[in-house]
Amino acid sequence: MENLEKILAEHPFLQGLESHYLDLIVGCASNVKFDAGQFIFHEGEEANQFYVIRNGKVALEIFSPERGAIEIDTLEEGDVLGWSWLIPPYHWRFDARAVELTRAIALDGKCLRNKCEEDHDLGYQLLKRFAHIIEQRLQSTRLQLLDVYGTHS
Amino acid sequence: MAHTLDNEFINPNSQIKSPPDKDPMLPCLFSVEQVKKETHDTFTFYLSPCENKISFPFQPGQFNMLYIFGNGEVPISISGNPSDEDRLVHTVRLVGPVTRAMKNLKRGDVLGVRGPFGNSWPVYEAIGNDVIVVAGGIGLAPLRPVLYKLLSQRDKYGKIVLLYGTRTPEDILFKRELEQLRSRFDLEVHVTVDRAQQSWKGNVGVVTRLIHKATFDPLNSIAVVCGPEVMMRFTALELEKHGVPSDRIYISMERNMKCAIGFCGHCQLGQTFICKDGPVFRYDFMHTYLTKREI
Ligand SMILES: Cc1cc2nc3c(=O)[nH]c(=O)nc-3n(C[C@H](O)[C@H](O)[C@H](O)COP(=O)(O)OP(=O)(O)OC[C@H]3O[C@@H](n4cnc5c(N)ncnc54)[C@H](O)[C@@H]3O)c2cc1C
Ligand code: FES
Repeated sequence: MENLEKILAEHPFLQGLESHYLDLIVGCASNVKFDAGQFIFHEGEEANQFYVIRNGKVALEIFSPERGAIEIDTLEEGDVLGWSWLIPPYHWRFDARAVELTRAIALDGKCLRNKCEEDHDLGYQLLKRFAHIIEQRLQSTRLQLLDVYGTHS
Repeated sequence: MAHTLDNEFINPNSQIKSPPDKDPMLPCLFSVEQVKKETHDTFTFYLSPCENKISFPFQPGQFNMLYIFGNGEVPISISGNPSDEDRLVHTVRLVGPVTRAMKNLKRGDVLGVRGPFGNSWPVYEAIGNDVIVVAGGIGLAPLRPVLYKLLSQRDKYGKIVLLYGTRTPEDILFKRELEQLRSRFDLEVHVTVDRAQQSWKGNVGVVTRLIHKATFDPLNSIAVVCGPEVMMRFTALELEKHGVPSDRIYISMERNMKCAIGFCGHCQLGQTFICKDGPVFRYDFMHTYLTKREI
C-alpha cells in the first residue's frame, strides 16, 4: 500500500490534493494487471472503476459491424483511463483493450462517487482534474475529426 | 515579441540565395532514375541530371520547381540526403493535375528542375541543443534531410526526438527507414496514427499527444515542425505548453508558387514572400498569420 500511496501522490493527476483526500483515494486503490489482448472493459458495461496506467499500452476501441474494431486512441504510462464512473448512467462508452502486458492502479469509482456526494470539496477536486483530461481528449478528437492529412486540408 | 504581417517581416533564417551564375527561371533537365511507391498516394522520385557534370548541393528545407512537360510546374521539397549531391530525391503526394501526372513518370523520362530555392531548417542554429522534429503526413519528406544532417553530425547535438503522425498505418512514409531509426539508441522516435484497425500495435491519437512522451530540455531545444497548417499550429501550441519558447519553434509554409524567386507575388503574405524569405519561418513571426482567416 505504501508503494501505491507514493505512486498516486507523485502522479500529476493527483498533485496538490490534500493529504486526507489522498489517503481516502489510496484506500480505494488496488494493483491490477492485464495481459496483451485482454479487455479491461466493454462498451455498455457498468463503469465502476478508473485506472492510472503504470506501464503498457491500452487501446480505446469502437466496434462497428461493417468495419470491425476501430482504434480511436491509445493510452500509456501515466495516462488516466476512464471517466464514465463519474457520469450517469455510469456505463462505459468504449471498449478498452490491453495492446501489450499492462499494469495499472485501479480505483474504486463506485466508492469514490459516494464519497464525492458526501463531500463536495472532494467532488470538486476530482471533477476539476477529470475536466482537464476530458478537455485534452476533446481537443485531440476535434483534430482527428478535421482529418488534417486528407487532400482537402 | 508580437509581429503582425504588416510589420517589417524579417525571417532570421532567410540567408540562402540561389547561385548568381545560374538563370533561376531556366530549368535544367533531369531524367527519372527510379520511382518508388511509398504509400497508395505517395511516390519518391530519384532524378539524375541529363548533363553529367551538374551536381546539386542543397540545404535541408529547400525546394525545387519540378516541371512536368505538358502539365505544369509545382514546388516540391527535396527529401534526399544533403551529402548526396549527384542525384535529386523528391517525395510527392498526388493531390491534383500536376502531381497526378507525376505518377505516370517512368525510368528514363525527362522533367525540368529549377532550384534549389528558399531557406533552410535551422540545423546550424540547433548545434548544442536538443532537437525536436515533428512531422505530419507528407511533412516528413521535407524534414528527412534534417534527420540525415543531424545524424551525420550526431555528436554536435543533444537529444534528438522524431515525432511523426499520419492518417492510418497504411499512410506511414519511409516505413523501413523509420524502423531503422527506431532501433538507434541516440534517437527517440514516436509514431502515431489518427485511426487504425486492431492489428496495429502502435499509438493512436493526434501527433500533439506524442509531445509529452518525449524527453527534451524545453529551454535548450529547437523544434522543427512540418505538416498541414492546422497540425503545425496545434503542435506549436503544445510545444509552448511544454515550455519551448515560440522563437525556438520553426515551421514550413506552403503557398501556390510560380516564379519561386520573389518576382510574381503568387506566394506573398503581407511583405513576406514564402518562396524567397521562407519556406521555413520562426513560429513567433508566423503565428498571427496562422490564425488569420482573411489572408
Ligand atoms: C515550398 C513547398 C514545398 C512543397 N513540398 C512538397 C513535397 O515535398 N511533397 C509534396 O507532395 N508536396 C509538396 N508541396 C505541395 C505541392 O506543391 C502541391 O501539392 C502541388 O503544387 C499540387 O499541385 P497539383 O497541380 O497536383 O494540384 P492542385 O491543382 O494545385 O491542387 C489540387 C487539390 O489538392 C489540394 N492541395 C494542393 N496542395 C496540397 C497540399 N500540399 N496538401 C493537401 N492538399 C493540397 C488543393 O487544395 C486542390 O484542391 C510543397 C509546396 C510548397 C509551397
Ligand atoms: S512564387 Fe513568385 S513571388 Fe513567390
